[in-house]
Amino acid sequence: MLNDRKQVEREAGGPAVPNNSRSTEEARVLVASQWLLMWRKFRKHRLAMVGGTITIVVYLVVLFAEFLAPFPSNAFSSQHTYAPPQPLHLFDRTAEGLRFSPYVNGYSITINQAALKREFVVDKASKVPVRLFVHGTPYKLLGLFDADLHLIGPSVYDEDPTRIIIPMYLLGADRLGRDVLSRTIYGTRISMTLGLVGVALSFVIGLTLGGVSGFYGGWVDNTIQRVIELLRSIPTIPLWMGLAAALPSDWTPLQVFLGITILLSLIGWTGLARVVRGRFLALRTEDFILSARLDGNSTARTIRVHMIPAFASHIIASLTLAIPSMILSETALSFLGLGLRPPIVSWGVLLKEAQNIRAVATAPWLLLPGIAVIITVLALNFLGDGLRDAADPYGR
Amino acid sequence: MRSDAMLEVQNLKMHFPVYGGFFRRVVGHVKAVDGVNLFICPGETLGLVGESGCGKTTTGRCIIRAYKPLDGQILYRRADGSVVDLAPLDDQSLRPYHREIRLIFQDPYSSLNPRMPVVDLVGEPLKVNKIATGKELEDRVAELLRRVGLRPEYMKRYPHAFSGGERQRIGIARALSLNPRLVICDEAVSALDVSVRAQILNLLEDLQAEFNLTYLFIAHDLSVVEYICDRVAVMYVGKLVELASTDELFAQPQHPYTEALLSAVPQPDPLIRDQKQRIVLGGEVPDPANPPSGCYFHPRCRYSDGARCMNETPALRETTPLHFVACHYAEKLSLRGVIAPRILA
Repeated sequence: MLNDRKQVEREAGGPAVPNNSRSTEEARVLVASQWLLMWRKFRKHRLAMVGGTITIVVYLVVLFAEFLAPFPSNAFSSQHTYAPPQPLHLFDRTAEGLRFSPYVNGYSITINQAALKREFVVDKASKVPVRLFVHGTPYKLLGLFDADLHLIGPSVYDEDPTRIIIPMYLLGADRLGRDVLSRTIYGTRISMTLGLVGVALSFVIGLTLGGVSGFYGGWVDNTIQRVIELLRSIPTIPLWMGLAAALPSDWTPLQVFLGITILLSLIGWTGLARVVRGRFLALRTEDFILSARLDGNSTARTIRVHMIPAFASHIIASLTLAIPSMILSETALSFLGLGLRPPIVSWGVLLKEAQNIRAVATAPWLLLPGIAVIITVLALNFLGDGLRDAADPYGR
Repeated sequence: MRSDAMLEVQNLKMHFPVYGGFFRRVVGHVKAVDGVNLFICPGETLGLVGESGCGKTTTGRCIIRAYKPLDGQILYRRADGSVVDLAPLDDQSLRPYHREIRLIFQDPYSSLNPRMPVVDLVGEPLKVNKIATGKELEDRVAELLRRVGLRPEYMKRYPHAFSGGERQRIGIARALSLNPRLVICDEAVSALDVSVRAQILNLLEDLQAEFNLTYLFIAHDLSVVEYICDRVAVMYVGKLVELASTDELFAQPQHPYTEALLSAVPQPDPLIRDQKQRIVLGGEVPDPANPPSGCYFHPRCRYSDGARCMNETPALRETTPLHFVACHYAEKLSLRGVIAPRILA
C-alpha cells in the first residue's frame, strides 16, 4: 500500500503545467489510492493536524530527551530543595544596550528559623548565564553516539553528573533539588513508550481474538464476547491495584515497567478486539469479499489482500485513541504508588511527588508534569479523531 | 440429466435458520429456495424472475456455490462432456468450476473492492489462478477493458473514479477474465439508469455472441427479461411456478401468478394500455418461514378451488413441450398474456 502510494505520488506529483493543471488535479484524484485520499481528508481536519504535530514533537522529545533536558533525571542539589522556577531572560541589559545573552536570576536563600524552612527569593541582582548548545553532562544519543551537547543549560557543569552546582530550574525543583523540567522530559520517554508498547501488545491480543471472533462467529464469537464483557465490567482501578500488588517487589525497575505494561494491555485489548470484530462482521457480508472468494482466493489471501486493507485505517485510528488511555492508566497507577517506582521517571511518578497538600501549597510547580499529560492526551485524542474521520475515504 | 442441458438443477433446497430466544436457538427456517428444478442449455439465456424475496438471488448463489445448498443436485456438464454434481463439493474441489461459472453482481458499488485499481480488480482472477502475471496480465486486462467498452488507459484508476455503468462494465470484465462458459447475472442491470441499462444489455448480448456464453439472467424487470432471455423461469416463494420460452410465456402464460405478473408490466403504447386490465393480487407475499399449505399461491389466486389447491402441492410438470407449470388447472385455465411489442413492431 505504501509503495502504491509512493508510486501514485511519483506518477502524478510532477510539476503541473499551468494550462492543464485542472485535468492533472483530476487525474490525481482518479488514480489516488486509499492512503492518499485519507491524507487529503485528514489534512482538512485542522485540530487533528495540530494534534498530529504535537504528537510528533512529543515523540521527538522521547528520542532526544538527553539533548533537550538540561540535567540528568537524577541530578540533585541538596541546597535547592523546592526551589521555585527561575524565569528565563533572553536579553541582557548591558552598557552597550540590549544584547542576546540568556540568563536566569540566582536565588538568595534564607533559613526561616521559626519554621526551620529554607526560603528562596529570586535574586534580581545575581545573574546565572545560560548557554544554548552547551557542553554538559555526557550521554549516549539514541543509545549509540557519545555526546555531551544540551539544547540549554548553565555555563558550568559539575564533574559529578548527579550534582547540580549552578541552579537553573526553569520549572522549579522538587524535594531533592532535582530539575522538574528535566524530569518531565525524561518522564515523557517512559510514559509515551509505555503507551506505545502497551497499545502494541493489546493490539496483538485484540487483533487475534477480535479477528477470530468476527471471522468464525458462532460459539467462538459468543465466548470471546462474554469474556470481554466480564473484563470490562470489573472496576479497573481495584483490578490494577490487585494485579500490581502481585508484582514481586524485588523486580528491577525495567521488569516492573514491562509488568505494568502487560497488566495494562491485558485489560486494554478488549476495546480493540471489539473494533476488529465489528469490521470483520461488516466486511464478511460485503459483495467484494464474496467476489474475491469466487475468484479463487484462499481464505488467507482474502483476509490479507481484501479485508485487512479495508479496516487497517480504522485500526490505526483506534490505536491512536487507545494510547492516551494507556498513558492515563499508567499515570493513575503510578500516582497511587502501584505502578512504576523511582528511580524510573514517568509522569505518574512525578505527579506522585505532588500528592500531599503541603507539597502542592509550597511547590505548585510539581503539578507541571500534569500539564504535559493533558497536552499529550488531548493531542493524541484530536489526532485519533481526525484519523477516524478520514479512515473511510469512500464513505458515501 | 437432460442430454441437451449444460446445467440442470434438481430439487434445489436452501433453508436459512432463524434464531430466537435467549439462547439463540433455531426456532424455524426461512425456506428461501424450496425445491427448484430448472435447466439451462448451452448458448441460451435463461431468465429467472419473481418478486423481491422469492429466492432468485439465493438460487443463483447456490448454483455458483456461494452457499452450500441443503438438498438437491446441481449437475454441470463440462466442455469435455463429463457431468459433475456441484452441490456436495468443497471449496477446494470447486475451484476449477468457479473459473467456468462466473457471477456478475447487482450492485456495482459494493462488489468492487474500493482499495484496488482496475488493473488489479480485473486481473485478480488471472493472478490468483496463475494464468498471467506482470506485463502479460496488463495486456490481458487492457484487452478485456477494451472489449467491455472502457479505455485501457484507465486501468490504474480506482473504482471511485467511475460511474455506475462503467463500474458494471468493470464487473463484467472481471467475470469474463477467466473465459467462463456460464455467467450468472444477478440483477446485473437493476441498479443502473435506464439509458445505461440498455447499453449494458446490448454489451451482454454482444459478448454472448462473441464468446458463446450461456447466461442465467436473474431479474425482476420483465421488460428486460423479455428483451434478453430465450426462456424464462418464474419463481414464487422459493418454488418455480412456470418455465417456458419467452415468447410463449409472455403470450400464453399457464400459471395464474405469471398472468398477474405480466399484467403489471407497464405498457408504453397508450392504445394498448387502455385495453389492458391489471390483475391486482390481494394479500401479501407469504412469509417463506411459514408458507401456506398446498399450492403456495392459493390464498392470492383468483382461480383457486378452495379444496385441492389448499391441500395438494402441485408439482412442476410439462404441459406442452418445453412448457413447465406448477398448477393443478394449467390446462383448464385460459389465461391472458401480453401482446409482445416485438411482434407488433
